[in-house]
Amino acid sequence: MNYNWNWGVLFEEEYLGWLISGLGWTFAVALAAWVLALAVGVLVGVGRTLPSRPVAALCTTYVELFRNVPLLVQLFLWYFVMPEIVPDDLGRWMKRDMPNPEYVTAVIGLGLYTASRVAEQVRAGINAVGPGLTSAAYANGFSTAQTYRYVLLPISFRLIVPPMTSEFLTIFKNSSLALTIGLLELTAQSQQIAEYTFQGFEAFTAATVIYVVIALGATVIAQTLEKYTRIPGFVGKG
Amino acid sequence: MELLKPAAALAFALALAAPASAQDRTGTLAKIDASGEIVIGHRESSVPFAYLDENQKPVGYSIDLCMKVVDAVSAELGKELSVKYVPVNPKTRIALMANGTIDLECGSTTNNLTRQEQVEYLPTTFITGTKLMVRKDSGISSVADLDGKAVALAQGTTNERAVKAAIKELGLDVKVLPVRDHAEGMLSLETDRVDVYATDHILLFGLIAKSKTPDAFAVVGDFLSFDPYALMVRRDDSAFELIGKKALAEVFRSGEINGIYAKWFDPLDVAQTDLLKAAFQLNALPE
Repeated sequence: MNYNWNWGVLFEEEYLGWLISGLGWTFAVALAAWVLALAVGVLVGVGRTLPSRPVAALCTTYVELFRNVPLLVQLFLWYFVMPEIVPDDLGRWMKRDMPNPEYVTAVIGLGLYTASRVAEQVRAGINAVGPGLTSAAYANGFSTAQTYRYVLLPISFRLIVPPMTSEFLTIFKNSSLALTIGLLELTAQSQQIAEYTFQGFEAFTAATVIYVVIALGATVIAQTLEKYTRIPGFVGKG
Repeated sequence: MELLKPAAALAFALALAAPASAQDRTGTLAKIDASGEIVIGHRESSVPFAYLDENQKPVGYSIDLCMKVVDAVSAELGKELSVKYVPVNPKTRIALMANGTIDLECGSTTNNLTRQEQVEYLPTTFITGTKLMVRKDSGISSVADLDGKAVALAQGTTNERAVKAAIKELGLDVKVLPVRDHAEGMLSLETDRVDVYATDHILLFGLIAKSKTPDAFAVVGDFLSFDPYALMVRRDDSAFELIGKKALAEVFRSGEINGIYAKWFDPLDVAQTDLLKAAFQLNALPE
């Protein structure tokens, strides 16, 4: 291995600026996609457990579709194929006039993909509450809506905090795939630094360290959240 | 360098402990001698330099020239070598060469001085430069026409930097879409997401030839950069580099190069330029 190391390159103004801007995009994509994933995921997850057959089937279809197609392929479909199958004017708008098309596509693609995984956690959480409480709620004259509102959701949401933490970390890591549709997030920027300086090992080490720091930060937040949401006497004692 | 000291010390200790070989080979030659295989890094979609044919085997102009080098290495070591192919792309090729994964890179790599801080090059095998590919009806004939247009550029290429520099120089407002590779750049142009895809002119001809509607596209403008292609080898390894130089000089001197060139470039209708002929001539060093 004959490689000329030069860590100073990371602190040259231009390249440091690239790393910071990449970090900014990584956060922007991951957080926006997370909001979308939570909103859609909770709806779909709850939908899969509802007594209504058609709704449950629809939500199951969503999960199977979005969970089983690789994220890379989904991003590609959203970015390159979608504008071709919608009406011409809309497609043209998507390709040329939509503000930040790479960013919007990445958020939608990553958000809807992660939503399917969130939905599974939500469903598992609701099922984990057990039939006993559900039957008890119905026996007390609760409607389905009330059963969910007062019994199932409050318990299950607190149960699924730990697995949701992993999803939150995963969305940060998956955001790096946005570089494939031209979004210059952290990984893309480190690749770019590698290309301009040929100090690739330093650039990728920097990106690795930043991702680890993000992950550790998220873990700390999650553990605090877990402590406050744990249900005494229920499963999931830390 | 601090990090490498223990590794260097270990390597030194091992070298002392190992019985000296007949020739005391070092570097890449020693590695190939010991393993009996030479590792070739190749591109997968650089038509006609290095790409995968219908059997998914790497073929092309650069691959043929690399095989000449492999034969020379094989003759030098006096043994048959097995060839291992490793796919590379613009982002990985320098790192894989520097860290010892590949011994020889055969593709469409520009020899430039910044890169020479990490890798070394054999003599020039082709000369190209950045040009713009546009749809014929776009009305774009040079960089000056790009104001308000969108251009796709492959991440990590010399072309990306050349076009960005030209845009900056003219003070134009251009939307740049970074794409992963030539295939995606072409797709962006075909689907009208961008107005221009810019890369080495010879690769543009290859892309147009392979596209579904070759008549719809044109290559326009002046050369925005000077890109001499060369096979890439490891840095600070003059013994291995010399074998490569000898092998290529032989090919240039004997005129064998003309046959190899014709085989890959005649279908594209690209003749040898005077500049390229001169480059071959200059590197046809006497034994």
